Amino acid sequence: MSDAPVLQIRNLSKAFGSVQALSGVQFELRRGEVHALCGENGAGKSTLMNMIGGILQPDEGDILIDGKPVTIASPAAAQKMGIALVHQEIALCQDATVAENICMAAINARRAPLMNFQQVHADAEKAMNRLAPIAVRTKVADLSISSQQLVEIAKALTLDCKVLILDEPTAALTETEAQRLFAIVRGLKQRGISVIYISHRMAEIFSLCDRVTVFRDGRYVATEAIEATSPNDVVRKMVGREITQLYPDKLPANARPGRALLSVRGLSDGTRFANVDLELRAGEILGIGGLIGAGRSEIAQTICGLRPATAGNVVLDGKDVAIRSYADAVRAGLVYLSEDRKGSGVFLDLSIAANVSALDLGKLTGRFGLLDRHAEADQATSLAKQLGVRMAGIDAAVSTLSGGNQQKVAIAKQLSVAPKVIIMDEPTRGIDVGAKVEIHRLLRELANQGVGIIMISSELPELIGLCDRVAVVREGRIAGELETGQLDEETIIMLASGVQPNAAYEGQAQNVA
Amino acid sequence: MLAEIKAADASRRVSFARLASMREAGLIAIILALCIAMSFASPHFLTWGNFRAMLMSFSIEGIVVVGMTILLIVGGIDLSVGSVVCFSMVVSGALFLAGLDPWTASLIGIAVSALIGAVMGFFVTVVGLNHFITSLAAMVIVRGLCLVITKGTPLSLFTLPPEFKAIGQGNFQGVPYVIIIFVVVVAIFDFLLRRATAFRKVFYTGSNEKAAQFSGIKTNQVKFWVTVLCATLSGFAGVIYMARFGAATPTFGAGMELNVIAAAVIGGASLKGGSGTIFGAILGMALLSVVTSSLILLDISVYWQDMIKGCILLAAVSADHFLHRKKS
Repeated sequence: MSDAPVLQIRNLSKAFGSVQALSGVQFELRRGEVHALCGENGAGKSTLMNMIGGILQPDEGDILIDGKPVTIASPAAAQKMGIALVHQEIALCQDATVAENICMAAINARRAPLMNFQQVHADAEKAMNRLAPIAVRTKVADLSISSQQLVEIAKALTLDCKVLILDEPTAALTETEAQRLFAIVRGLKQRGISVIYISHRMAEIFSLCDRVTVFRDGRYVATEAIEATSPNDVVRKMVGREITQLYPDKLPANARPGRALLSVRGLSDGTRFANVDLELRAGEILGIGGLIGAGRSEIAQTICGLRPATAGNVVLDGKDVAIRSYADAVRAGLVYLSEDRKGSGVFLDLSIAANVSALDLGKLTGRFGLLDRHAEADQATSLAKQLGVRMAGIDAAVSTLSGGNQQKVAIAKQLSVAPKVIIMDEPTRGIDVGAKVEIHRLLRELANQGVGIIMISSELPELIGLCDRVAVVREGRIAGELETGQLDEETIIMLASGVQPNAAYEGQAQNVA
Repeated sequence: MLAEIKAADASRRVSFARLASMREAGLIAIILALCIAMSFASPHFLTWGNFRAMLMSFSIEGIVVVGMTILLIVGGIDLSVGSVVCFSMVVSGALFLAGLDPWTASLIGIAVSALIGAVMGFFVTVVGLNHFITSLAAMVIVRGLCLVITKGTPLSLFTLPPEFKAIGQGNFQGVPYVIIIFVVVVAIFDFLLRRATAFRKVFYTGSNEKAAQFSGIKTNQVKFWVTVLCATLSGFAGVIYMARFGAATPTFGAGMELNVIAAAVIGGASLKGGSGTIFGAILGMALLSVVTSSLILLDISVYWQDMIKGCILLAAVSADHFLHRKKS
């Protein structure tokens, strides 16, 4: 075995048309290290990973494996060289079983004409059980997003790899699942496998990784040993400026928020949750925490009429409102921002203006049922300005925007109806640090203007840093409510999981702020 | 960034897809190039007579293209259009022969076409089948109905009153009524699709049905009514065909769906929904028609026509795919 790094990138550049995605970057991965790659969205992380994974070809520069320059012509070639890539977005065959997905490479390489399902299931079980007890005969489409992510990781682990790339693997995982993944990553490291770990979550990086490399705007900024740096330092390098305060000021402790804007009493849907009581007061941001799958999104969607309720009532701004459809909710002044931005939040191939108008076309309709294009343009322009959407113009397709700006467009759509209450489901998931801070500030501003904000989040630092009060959901019930003074990660995890947190738990304890 | 916002301010226009207009410009360029080339190749090409013939040949089908394009934008497809055109003809014709006046008979023919659309819409939105399978079944069933009603033989309608036949055969100051009707239908729906609120919902639904639902749009209603609209326009086309031919043949319109879908797709409609324009689809139809006419004038055997049309479709879609991939 040589001392050369297992993977080395030298002076690599890549352009897409006129956009220079990477210019002359470097990166070095030692044997058996977990190396974090940080940068805002658009910094070039994914582009680099796609080149290492054989999906894209560099314009110039070298990729060296074990000290020898190589050309990685295709994903299959990358696999042969021992590089396994787990994409941030799930790329599984939805209609195939977990086992068929996990063993895809083996099935592909198999020479015998018929499938050996016994072996496929046994192999898959072995790979899967290391991560989570997911039945390998289940169809992938029937699994939750977090389980699908785990299947994706299990699939990569079956490849006999020496470099494993994990692109935001915990974005959709619950705390417990994430902890299990970390344990596995540490095990891989001991076996001499090197891991490139891409994440926005500083706490994870600082508990798991050995070194961290930061990219900004397609350029290499620095590589540091993790002991020699701090989360604040990394964030500063990522954004290229000092973020003095990650979260905006909360309500002062003595300022009791005003009247009840929204109260939900005894809400049940007959399946996922029962007897939910919530109260949101004017001026505050109410957080909803809990594990993925606890029923948080279902509760929010039921309040907004997107799912039917079997019992309970909703009082909005002092008035009992009967909400039978989402259109009713919007009319009453209650809107919902979906957690699945691309799947149900925005219309990717339509213009920014068309996206912003979607919630209330009636307002923009003039004589003869025709759309008032000037009113539409004015509305989109002013909301885009208010939210600081970075765009070529309001008639650019939303697909041309970065994740953070897409989310701003989705929020602009909600604001277009001047709502009394906005329920936001994971509003900052998969968004870079800069945009995240902007969205947090915006939520606080809205709350100060008297708009009620309910935010569902799986990120504990976000719940604690931003919210004035947090309700924790466990298995379809409100397990507890915490006021500002009582907010800490352990208490939330305890309420969410119903058990005392594991003593070995160390990762999330480090707050970014 | 401020400058960008100002630029957006200055334009104050919401164009749905600049890409679509690029596509339309490209199609016009190709059609013009073909026309210029043909004018050298054949002295008969650049004549009013030839153009009138070309326009006549795709005018009525063009009405069906309008419905199909809107249905493609919502994410659906209708394979039954040829059968429905024929059914509308046959029903109106049979009612006329049974003694009804041709206008009332035609209205009933259009109404039953709409009803077929409503039944398909029911299966798509309430039962939850997809458009492809539903309309495939409808295509076969409705064709069967045409054969049952006519007992397999063409209805001869030469007794139709001349003022009715004029719709299909007459002209106003030298311009056939058929072409006038076509232009009016296209203009109305192209305008509505770009400007009307109701049709904006068609784009929302086709672009991302879930996001549309999460914006309070009743997507099932949108899909239902667009399905009805497509069948209704097919029925409308059917009665014009009847007036033009003075006959109702139970096999008429077989294979029309492929031509119509091809035209819409060449014109920029996506089978995934969310994009397409009527103007583009009509240009797609015009391109196919110019090619057919050229092949005839160049004395190329009709047997080649389908093959060449297929190749054009493939080329158009490939070019689009290539351009899209380059962009992203």
